[in-house]
Amino acid sequence: MKTLQELEAIRQKTIHELNLRKNREDGVRVVVGLATCGIAAGARPVMAAFVDEINKRHLDNVTVSQTGCIGLCRLEPIVEVYTPGQEKVTYCKVKPEQVARIVSEHIVNGNPVVEYTIGSYE
Amino acid sequence: MLYHSHVLVCAGTGCTSSNSLQIIENFNQLLAEKGYDKEIQVIRTGCFGLCAAGPIVVVYPEGVYYSHVKPEDVEEIVNEHLIKGRPVQRLIYKETDERGINTTLNESDFYKKQHRIALRNCGMIDPENIDEYIAFDGYKALAKCLTELSRDDVVDIVLASGLRGRGGGGFPTGLKWKFAKAPESDGKYVCCNADEGDPGAFMDRSVLEGDPHSVLEAMTIAGYCIGAQQGYIYVRAEYPIAVKRLRIAIDQARDYGLLGDNILGTGFKFDIDLRLGSGAFVCGEETALLASIEGKRGEPRTRPPFPAVKGLWGKPTLLNNVETYANICQIILNGPEWFASMGTEKSKGTKVFALGGKINNTGLVEIPMGTTLREVIYDIGGGIPNGKKFKAAQTGGPSGGCIPAEHLDIPIDYDNLISIGSMMGSGGMIVMDEDNCMVNIAKFFLEFTVDESCGKCPPCRIGTRRMLEILERITEGKGEPGDIEKLETLGKNIKASALCGLGQTAPNPVLSTIRYFRDEYEAHINEKRCPAGVCKALLSYTIDPEKCKGCTMCARQCPAGAITGKVREAHVIDNDKCVKCGSCMEVCKFGAISRK
Repeated sequence: MKTLQELEAIRQKTIHELNLRKNREDGVRVVVGLATCGIAAGARPVMAAFVDEINKRHLDNVTVSQTGCIGLCRLEPIVEVYTPGQEKVTYCKVKPEQVARIVSEHIVNGNPVVEYTIGSYE
Repeated sequence: MLYHSHVLVCAGTGCTSSNSLQIIENFNQLLAEKGYDKEIQVIRTGCFGLCAAGPIVVVYPEGVYYSHVKPEDVEEIVNEHLIKGRPVQRLIYKETDERGINTTLNESDFYKKQHRIALRNCGMIDPENIDEYIAFDGYKALAKCLTELSRDDVVDIVLASGLRGRGGGGFPTGLKWKFAKAPESDGKYVCCNADEGDPGAFMDRSVLEGDPHSVLEAMTIAGYCIGAQQGYIYVRAEYPIAVKRLRIAIDQARDYGLLGDNILGTGFKFDIDLRLGSGAFVCGEETALLASIEGKRGEPRTRPPFPAVKGLWGKPTLLNNVETYANICQIILNGPEWFASMGTEKSKGTKVFALGGKINNTGLVEIPMGTTLREVIYDIGGGIPNGKKFKAAQTGGPSGGCIPAEHLDIPIDYDNLISIGSMMGSGGMIVMDEDNCMVNIAKFFLEFTVDESCGKCPPCRIGTRRMLEILERITEGKGEPGDIEKLETLGKNIKASALCGLGQTAPNPVLSTIRYFRDEYEAHINEKRCPAGVCKALLSYTIDPEKCKGCTMCARQCPAGAITGKVREAHVIDNDKCVKCGSCMEVCKFGAISRK
């Protein structure tokens, strides 16, 4: 037999997993390039790291999705972060170990990690 | 690790019959082969509503909506979209809008005007996973009732919401609950009518398939409210998917202690069992349904006493329809004012309709009461295929009537539909175009009720049979002057004297078609002509010798050998031999054959 608290715990845990299925226009979108070039350059672990980090921090207004080839294959893995009302920020040659910093500094606190962006790389 | 994508595949009856289970299997197999099964989750859901475009697959978080997906398309979706992030354009559902702009799903006409309360979880959650139901506020309404609300409070909330029975009668649900709560008794029952029998109706099935827990939760609330400890869902055996998901849902709810003894530690005890109906239409009538649950022959009895006083095994019983229950939890959670703010003065909330017949978007829609028929058919339903003209919409199935084009702008609610000679019914809506013969339609529905009459009372058993015989005569070209009046008199008398709802409403399709399409009846009787070209006995096919090139195609196609003629010479149809199958007309490349 479940108690009210246990029911609430199930709700919290599952709603978190189902957050993905909400159609929303607001909120931050993290888009990872996952074409052949991106995958070859290691975009899958990067995407996994984003999903992981965002779930760990319970950032329910952030979605992680994938896109095809952006055209800059040499700079893959490329990650774009769309924040409503702001210009998009593009990161290049992203490594899984950089993800935590992008999430905490950029997505949570609103300060893009300039040194990882395509602008500072080029 | 959590999944980064969810692939939702419709596993309602419609999509299942076009092979969606194979699609699910292909997804699972392919994702496992490619090592993505830990990153991408495949979920089977209930009905999305757009059955015409099935099988439906939706990919989140992008919300990409694929339609008409075949099992062999799965590989492309996996390789291109799921792995490389390039949605497969050719499979994406595109609404045919006149500007040629593709709209997103929520902006599409099909979904934009809908408001989903009873269907809120259909196509959103996995109906076989109670956790997903709980995540979307499932069992919260039950918890609220058990811990915060008294039994009288629940009655007051349901009363104040203005909710009326969605099964067809439109009786105020709150009153029913009040009546069932009133008597003191050592045993009471809560029953759910899931014996959806109207041809062309599948609202209740879709709710049960897509969101079974919403019905279980509402029945438990009803049990608490009226003081019952046992519930029964009477569901037809022809709904195997619904039955299976209900069984799974009941087991899961028992596991979690949401059914059984001491629910949520409050000491309240309630359990639900299924009873399978064998598909007799009359068992949708409440007294017949209760008799059938008791194991007796499914025959209605006179009322009063009403089931709320003397129902199942002689005990006070509350009986509501599936869709009615599906609204309850939302009313408890959001308050009666929220529900009553939607709809018209006397019909609150929303209604689910199963759109079928001559309409582009065959499927399931939920609209606020007061939406016009025009909006349902042209905006949500996408209009009539092949540019044909709208003739009538049949609501309420064999108990309802036709709504002709002149009433297209009438706001749909219980009272308006009755005032124009139809009824809300359970929510089947069959659209007919200019190619439908209204006499034939009336005959079709009457055939159904004649077959389904239980035979207990003579007006229904004999009266509907006599009406059918007259209609058969008319469609065979043997109609006589006075037949229409005879049908009207018979119809009125049957309505007044039949024992139960089945007989009392059986003449409706005939009476309403006579009311709006009397000219068609007269053409059949007086001119021996079927204006829509449907009634075979009244048709004749002729070949225009000017247009006929003598290709012999029709003669070869004719199953009765009724067409004669030499090669390169005009052919002739022998109307004595002709069986009016129309296949000659279909194969003629020169449009030389006409039907009158």
